[in-house]
Amino acid sequence: MSIRDFALPELSMRFFPIWQRHWLVWKKVAAASIMGHLADPVIYMLGLGYGLGSLLPQMGGTSYMTFLAAGTVCYSTMNSASFEALYSGFSRMHEQRTWEAILNTPITLDDIVLSEILWAATKSLMSGIAVLVVIWLLGLSHSVMSLWMIPLALLVGLAFAGLGLIMTALAPSYDFFLYYFTLVITPMMMISGVFFPVNQLPESVQMVSNVLPLTHAIDLARPLMTGAVPPAALLHIAVLLAYTLFGFYVSLVLFRRRLSR
Amino acid sequence: MTPIIQASNLQKSYSGQRVVDGLNLSIHKGECFGLLGPNGAGKTTTLRMLLGLISPDAGEISLLNLPVPQAAREARIRVGVVPQMDNLDPDFTVAENLLVYGRYFGLKDSEIEARIPSLLEFASLTNKRNAKVPTLSGGMKRRLTLARALVNDPDVLFLDEPTTGLDPQARHLIWQRLRELTQQGKTLLLTTHFMDEAERLCHRLAVLDNGKLISQGTPRELIEQNIEPQVVEVFGETAEAWANINAAHYSQRFELSGETVFCYLHDAQPLVAHLQTQNSLRYLHRPANLEDVFLKLTGREMRE
Repeated sequence: MSIRDFALPELSMRFFPIWQRHWLVWKKVAAASIMGHLADPVIYMLGLGYGLGSLLPQMGGTSYMTFLAAGTVCYSTMNSASFEALYSGFSRMHEQRTWEAILNTPITLDDIVLSEILWAATKSLMSGIAVLVVIWLLGLSHSVMSLWMIPLALLVGLAFAGLGLIMTALAPSYDFFLYYFTLVITPMMMISGVFFPVNQLPESVQMVSNVLPLTHAIDLARPLMTGAVPPAALLHIAVLLAYTLFGFYVSLVLFRRRLSR
Repeated sequence: MTPIIQASNLQKSYSGQRVVDGLNLSIHKGECFGLLGPNGAGKTTTLRMLLGLISPDAGEISLLNLPVPQAAREARIRVGVVPQMDNLDPDFTVAENLLVYGRYFGLKDSEIEARIPSLLEFASLTNKRNAKVPTLSGGMKRRLTLARALVNDPDVLFLDEPTTGLDPQARHLIWQRLRELTQQGKTLLLTTHFMDEAERLCHRLAVLDNGKLISQGTPRELIEQNIEPQVVEVFGETAEAWANINAAHYSQRFELSGETVFCYLHDAQPLVAHLQTQNSLRYLHRPANLEDVFLKLTGREMRE
């Protein structure tokens, strides 16, 4: 490991042609991709929402369905960015050697990692918008404030793309990602307030929940859906940005080390 | 005239093991320069250092008069690379691969689109323009990779084993194209395992072993400097027994490999006359070639 691996990222617009490449690939599978963005979250939201919702008339001051809708947008954007950064990112880095091809041009690894984060966040944005459209069509949110969910989807995507890329940089193979999903993503979904309020949890678990990015995303999303200004909004935004920068820098250092052979 | 590619005293170790050890190279404009060496000799590591993808532990590199790795990014604007392993974009068509790759060099779509027909023609892929990459044969993929490496009209091309895994027809087509490129004044640096490839294509060669440059020159010079001009290969079940008694008498040097005895000599006539009297042995008399040089310099044992 050399000192150069720790240099701050050198950012430039050179990431854009790589983003364009991913976009061109995505366009070829757009229909399947949009269905993937929609099917899973909408099935959960409707299934749990109608099923449990009839037993639980109110939660957090709204209907259970509306409560669940805010959480669904956040976890589906989290999943989109995570899958893209882990599986697709690993494929481009390792299986298809796309990165290797790009590195032979005037583009650097810093540009590639930036493009991966931004592309994974783009996928989050698309999946967030897809779920929001369903929410609006079902009349689960009437507030103009819910439009703020769109930039929030992008921010959640950035944070989870950064974290996901750390895993990709460390992964020996695809199997490694099961650890991340089973030990990190799924438990996070349970204790970040997607399905029930965090204050239902034991206090020690609440303390863990308080530092998780998904919790901060949901703390922003839930008021926005009902038209309120989220309390401590700047703090939540700052936490998500901090996760983004942390993930970007740490993954970049790890990728530099991994690819310097 | 300053060389297009110059490396002095390059060193690179991985976990304590020297992979490149004090390498000096200078390659001039319009030259086709070949790096030969067994697996693990340090060829690919050398290419990656010259491109600025990995940093040497010591030594200096200049590529197109720019210092590497410091200004490697700027240098790579004028370089094309054909990598050892296929890394075309499988989701794209032939033409899309060229378009997307051209963008990485900062070229405008209109500029790339204007170049695509001549690149496809050069690669004999004009009628495959809209074919998806997975439907192409190995030879077509290689030619597309070569066309892709030319999308920025580079001054220098790096080719890492450009014909490995291709059938003879596909290989000859690649050779023909590479000769055209040197005729256009481009500088080529290639690595190869194929001695006939090196002998036909390269103006100059360097033989690498264990990260060290062990011989350098034109193919003819390498043969003249390193080996006796004539070779007689003797084979048959009794070849080994025959060699133990007779080989040293007739040849300057001989080697036993399997059931074949390689006799290296200046004058083959006495040995050939002798062999004509030996009914149990067969033989082949030929001039020494680059493969003989390579095996002499790097040994016959397997490198894995």
